[in-house]
Amino acid sequence: MNQAPPLALADVGVVLDGRPIVRDVTFDVQPGQVVAILGANGSGKSTLLKALVGLNPISHGSVLLFGTPQPRFRDWARVGYVPQRSNLGTGVPATVREVVASGRIARRRPFVPMSRHEHDLVDHAVDLVGLAGRATHPVSTLSGGQQQRVLVARTLAGEPDLLLLDEPNAGVDHASQLAIAETLGGRADAGASIVVVLHELGPFAPLIDRVVALREGRITYDGPPDQLAEGAAHAHHHHDDDDHGPLPPMQAPLEGGR
Amino acid sequence: MWDLLLAPFMIRAVIAAAVTGLAAPGIGTYLVQRRLSLLGDGIGHITVTGVALGLLTGTSPTYTAVVVAVLGALAIELIRTSGKATGDLALALLFYGGIAGGLVLVQLAGNGAFALQAYLFGSITTISADDVVVSLVLAGIVIVAGLALMPQLFAVSHDEDFARASGVPVWFYNTLVSVLAAVTVSVAMRTVGLLLVSALMIIPVATSQQFSRSFRSTMLFAMVGGLLASLGGVVISAFLNLPPGATIVLVSLAGFVATSPVGMLLHRRRRAQVPYDADALPLHEAAGERHRHEHGPGCGHLAVEHGDHVDYVHDGHRHAVHVTGEGQHYDEH
Repeated sequence: MNQAPPLALADVGVVLDGRPIVRDVTFDVQPGQVVAILGANGSGKSTLLKALVGLNPISHGSVLLFGTPQPRFRDWARVGYVPQRSNLGTGVPATVREVVASGRIARRRPFVPMSRHEHDLVDHAVDLVGLAGRATHPVSTLSGGQQQRVLVARTLAGEPDLLLLDEPNAGVDHASQLAIAETLGGRADAGASIVVVLHELGPFAPLIDRVVALREGRITYDGPPDQLAEGAAHAHHHHDDDDHGPLPPMQAPLEGGR
Repeated sequence: MWDLLLAPFMIRAVIAAAVTGLAAPGIGTYLVQRRLSLLGDGIGHITVTGVALGLLTGTSPTYTAVVVAVLGALAIELIRTSGKATGDLALALLFYGGIAGGLVLVQLAGNGAFALQAYLFGSITTISADDVVVSLVLAGIVIVAGLALMPQLFAVSHDEDFARASGVPVWFYNTLVSVLAAVTVSVAMRTVGLLLVSALMIIPVATSQQFSRSFRSTMLFAMVGGLLASLGGVVISAFLNLPPGATIVLVSLAGFVATSPVGMLLHRRRRAQVPYDADALPLHEAAGERHRHEHGPGCGHLAVEHGDHVDYVHDGHRHAVHVTGEGQHYDEH
């Protein structure tokens, strides 16, 4: 069977408020592959990830999810998004288990209660990130790192084939980073594809098959992580598609909607 | 005195109060979660025009109120999601337009503003048998939808971006919450009045969330609290000859005030016990304080998790047990 890659981007551009943030990004992700999108603040890496799940508009180019163009894609249960940690603890109280159970939402139908099997999946996801002892605690009583683990567990409870994580290391303690990395490694071994936006590889380094480095919205490096240091330093020498060379940063916003 | 409670108008009042008390905090929990605590207030303002239209055209104000409240809720949702920076202002225009339009229409109907009073402040003891039936049906819809769709409504209210990325029709459920809130406003209009509707949607939730750990229990306790406040308020107002709507709200407020010291203590205790995140390398600086006892469960010092061990908060310092070959001492963490 000819299987479409879980994720394929071609010439993707994202424009927010008239400002091009992501430009000409092309790469694809194969089943079971773990790809890190690396870049400094403002490199467009989170903007790109949000565009993949429909939270930002794709202004240019195309995104294929499991072979289907993203605007027509409906099987969102196969895609698991882990947002950057937000204020989980504010508002009405909610337990760890309630938040993780909401990760099943893409697979649930209205008015149908969760089956025994689904309850087990939720418990298993809580257990995977090492929070089984805190399942009935309000998320507001968790540390920052533990809250980030709750967000990972929530997405895992939905059993996605493609995981998209937005800076799961930001503001997260070392122990939680290790717990998250180990959990994701297990999912990759089970055949899931993972795209993780990172500031630096950190404890994720052993998992990463491939690094896509972004700088000011463009790919400056795409390859194995061990050649990254050299590749990033001489971005334009290694980038085959780059026919006009890197533009000076000051001119970038004037490029128009590309 | 039991004659009063068994009078037909009183039985109708108690039924109307009970369903309002259950429905209002049920939908109010989602509003608090979405930070739209004052949405009920806004819809209430708009509904004044609905009541006035009923008085003007000679139809039952209950029906016109439902229609206008739902239209108002849809308009608010539309303005909110259009994401304009002026959305906040647009809402204010809608609210005041609603209340001013209502006052003018009532004057045109020849009733004077006095006719509105029953709807602005509630008049539960004059509620008709037909209105009780309508209230039962509408409140029933709100309660069933609020409970049965909890997974969807919770997901959308708790993390809208995640729900959207999961392919959930977020706009549909957001609109549904607003429409259910509008229906609740129309029902509660006869009980507590349009100006106090929001109180019954929000105060029981504020009371309940002080104690509960989960979203579900917050909602259920809020509904029970709303029910008790409504029944208590109606009975008290009947015996003391007070306005029922305002009495219900005051009973509800009294419940919050009476429980808030306990709630504050609980909140502080929970905040203090939030675990500390651990760095890769623990510190090895021996604590200066002399210890006459060993820190442990029941030693009186607050125990807080720190990575894989427990710190004890001792005079503003965090002490962690460090066992060496020569015995044990406490490190500053």
